[in-house]
Amino acid sequence: MAELSRRRFVVYTLAASTLTVAAPLGCDAPAAEGATARRSDVVVTGTDDEMLVLEITRDNKVRVRLPRVEVGQGVTTAVAMMIAEELDARLTDVDIPLAGARTKGNQYTGGSNSVSSLYGPARNLAATARARLVTAAAHRWRLPARVLRTRDTTVVAPDGRTVTFGSLTEAAARVRHPRVSSKPKPASRHRVIGHPTTRIDARDIVTGRVRYAGDLSAAGAKPTVVARPPTLGGKVVSVDDRAARALPGVLQVVRIPGGVAVVAESFHYAFKARDALKIRWSPGPLAELSDAAIRARLRAAVPPLGRPPRGSAQLEERFEFAFVGHAPMEVLTAVADVRARRAEIWFSSQSPMGAREDIAAAVGLPSSAVRVHVVRGGGSFGRRLNHDAAMEAALISKKARLPVKLMWSRADDIKHGRMRPAFQHRIRVSHAEGRVVAFAHATASVSEAWEGKSAQGGIKGAALSAAGSPVPSDSGLYNFGKLSGDSGSVELAMPLGAWRSVDSGTVRAAEEIVVDEIARTLGKDPVAFRRTTLRGKAVKAVLDKAATAGHWGRAMPAGQAQGVAVHEEYGSCVACLVEIDAADPRNPRVTRIVMAADVGTAVNPRGLEAQLMGAAVDGISTILRAGLHIDRGAVRESSYADFQWARQRHAPLHFEAHILPTGGEPGGAGELGVPAAAGAVANAYARATGTKPRRFPLNF
Amino acid sequence: MPRHTFVLNGKPVTVDAPDDMPLLWVLRDLLDVTGPKYGCGVGVCRACTSHLDGAEIQPCVVPVADCARREVTTIEGLADGDTLHPVQQAWLDCDVSQCGFCQPGQIMAAAALLKKTPEPTDADIDAIENVCRCGTYSRIREAIKKAATAGD
Repeated sequence: MAELSRRRFVVYTLAASTLTVAAPLGCDAPAAEGATARRSDVVVTGTDDEMLVLEITRDNKVRVRLPRVEVGQGVTTAVAMMIAEELDARLTDVDIPLAGARTKGNQYTGGSNSVSSLYGPARNLAATARARLVTAAAHRWRLPARVLRTRDTTVVAPDGRTVTFGSLTEAAARVRHPRVSSKPKPASRHRVIGHPTTRIDARDIVTGRVRYAGDLSAAGAKPTVVARPPTLGGKVVSVDDRAARALPGVLQVVRIPGGVAVVAESFHYAFKARDALKIRWSPGPLAELSDAAIRARLRAAVPPLGRPPRGSAQLEERFEFAFVGHAPMEVLTAVADVRARRAEIWFSSQSPMGAREDIAAAVGLPSSAVRVHVVRGGGSFGRRLNHDAAMEAALISKKARLPVKLMWSRADDIKHGRMRPAFQHRIRVSHAEGRVVAFAHATASVSEAWEGKSAQGGIKGAALSAAGSPVPSDSGLYNFGKLSGDSGSVELAMPLGAWRSVDSGTVRAAEEIVVDEIARTLGKDPVAFRRTTLRGKAVKAVLDKAATAGHWGRAMPAGQAQGVAVHEEYGSCVACLVEIDAADPRNPRVTRIVMAADVGTAVNPRGLEAQLMGAAVDGISTILRAGLHIDRGAVRESSYADFQWARQRHAPLHFEAHILPTGGEPGGAGELGVPAAAGAVANAYARATGTKPRRFPLNF
Repeated sequence: MPRHTFVLNGKPVTVDAPDDMPLLWVLRDLLDVTGPKYGCGVGVCRACTSHLDGAEIQPCVVPVADCARREVTTIEGLADGDTLHPVQQAWLDCDVSQCGFCQPGQIMAAAALLKKTPEPTDADIDAIENVCRCGTYSRIREAIKKAATAGD
């Protein structure tokens, strides 16, 4: 955190007729290359490049094109709040459109880093703009700048006169030397940051006005679906499309690496024609493989734990986690218009720069000829790090010579979809004289085998860092003596992807289950044991908060129990207390969840609460209900009917989140809650039933 | 091509479409009414939930022919002009939405529930099947209770 506060923020004024300022982005990148020599009035040619750019429009709007994607996590609201805070603008006057794919800079939405990477640049940017607006008003009124105030997107004179930012923007663009400070406010003066705020898009959502990729009428794109193989990675041997082409509303049928695409006048016709295709498929590379064999291979791939310390007693546990689909509510959808010399694509992407490169290569165009519009997404959970559908849409558009709107069906999404890899864990706790003296954790997960250059597109390696990476326990959350860890992997040609909280979702959940086990072995209460063994003050504080607010230890009827777990990552920490009713062990209900989090400055506490609430449901779903089976090379499930994601009747009747007001630089929050929620649900279930759940999801 | 006339959000509309074309695609592809979302196409996720003569339906599994001369209401038609329906208002007040994709369906399901059951119990709310992958269920419950109180 100290690292961030030491960073210098450079803000540029762009040559424009309205006030336009820019701040370089990129977590640890120095000021933009080539621009450092010219501190002010830098002309940035083309688009925003690697900058965060703020413009005050003549109609009194503040517009910041954001090099991130909004998928529900609330980043647009958080950034709008930072901007409104430092400008003293009304939140409703701040627009945060999503920037199209750029050529350089940090345009990656992932790793829970958006708020922490934008917090400095966004506030500095707005504070700079404010100083210039105030100076322009001072010139206009012939008043000293220091007597002017800003409020509600206006500058206010001591006598009460006001002038809107919009009517000052041209004059402010010419201001060279601001007469008031360009520094962000101290936190003590924050009136927006840190105050629970409703999403800026909330009204558009509840009135149905928000447009996702599938709602766009861009380029007159035609509805398109793809017939996909019955097994993962199966290939078309032959296709008879005569019956399909004869159906009404069908425009084109084209083969692509993933199957056979139908372009039609409506999705109704597209689905009908897809179903009328007569396709012979060759089986995919996993056609003989099912869950039992995958589990056996994973078990063999878990590295040995090494020798425990001499004289210690051992507690050893093994865990298995199934594959889990991302299954965002909005299925993958992409609009593509590929022409001879240029291409334009609209879709929701967490990594649009890489997408543009891959799409350009796939359709044989230079990337400068490919324009990627980033569209908000209907959920992601990591799924939109990969750009499978956009690649397909581009290929289909090129072959069909039509602009297309490709939509994966829900069955496509579940069956072919990218999944959190199946994981196994072996954890050994060595204890002596009532204390833990060593903690060893070995994992194995399925990793994606790449057959040369993948036609599916995606983040290779970066998003799937499982193999070889240190397990989070290496960071020493607990005072457990000697820590060791190792990981192995089983390579399979399966579409995998980073899933909210990535490895921590199973690694840390398994560890929290073991922490409960060792506490029990040593005759300690789970909260008291954690309190004495956790290293960090912050994580102890969130544990205390959750335990107090959640009435840890209160009497519960038979079949019901509480469970607790903690997690620390992204410069933040969280504790989760779960109450479960498992009187019917096959049909448990989480009745109550209390979470406490410390993320430094919570820019929008209401948004943070929403992220924790979502993480709680992820914990319930992945531990109790939702996973994917592999049967002879195919995913068994095909919709929400059998991929048992939590419904309202599985969500807690009572949820509360406590946000510790510690302040300082903001940490990450989007993924933070998942491991703690998963661990706490498992621990509550174990305590309620007296069982030791070791294979997840339980109801599978 | 058969012709179908029905009332959509208070206004009569006529479309040329096969009898078996699901209302969802009539709305989305022919009429550019995109509030009802595709989430599964088999009536399971309920992201498309809308109203037919005031009762809840899933347009992805209702053929357009079944709507002839009846009243279809989508999320776009729920508010009274600029005045939000109490359920929409409660959704705003509780800041229910995250990604927002399922919320038109959730709101239409909640509005239909409250019409039938003005004071729903937790069990009534638990019976709502609409999937929210973001996990906004707790705020949905809170918003439904708030909207129920607002209707008193």
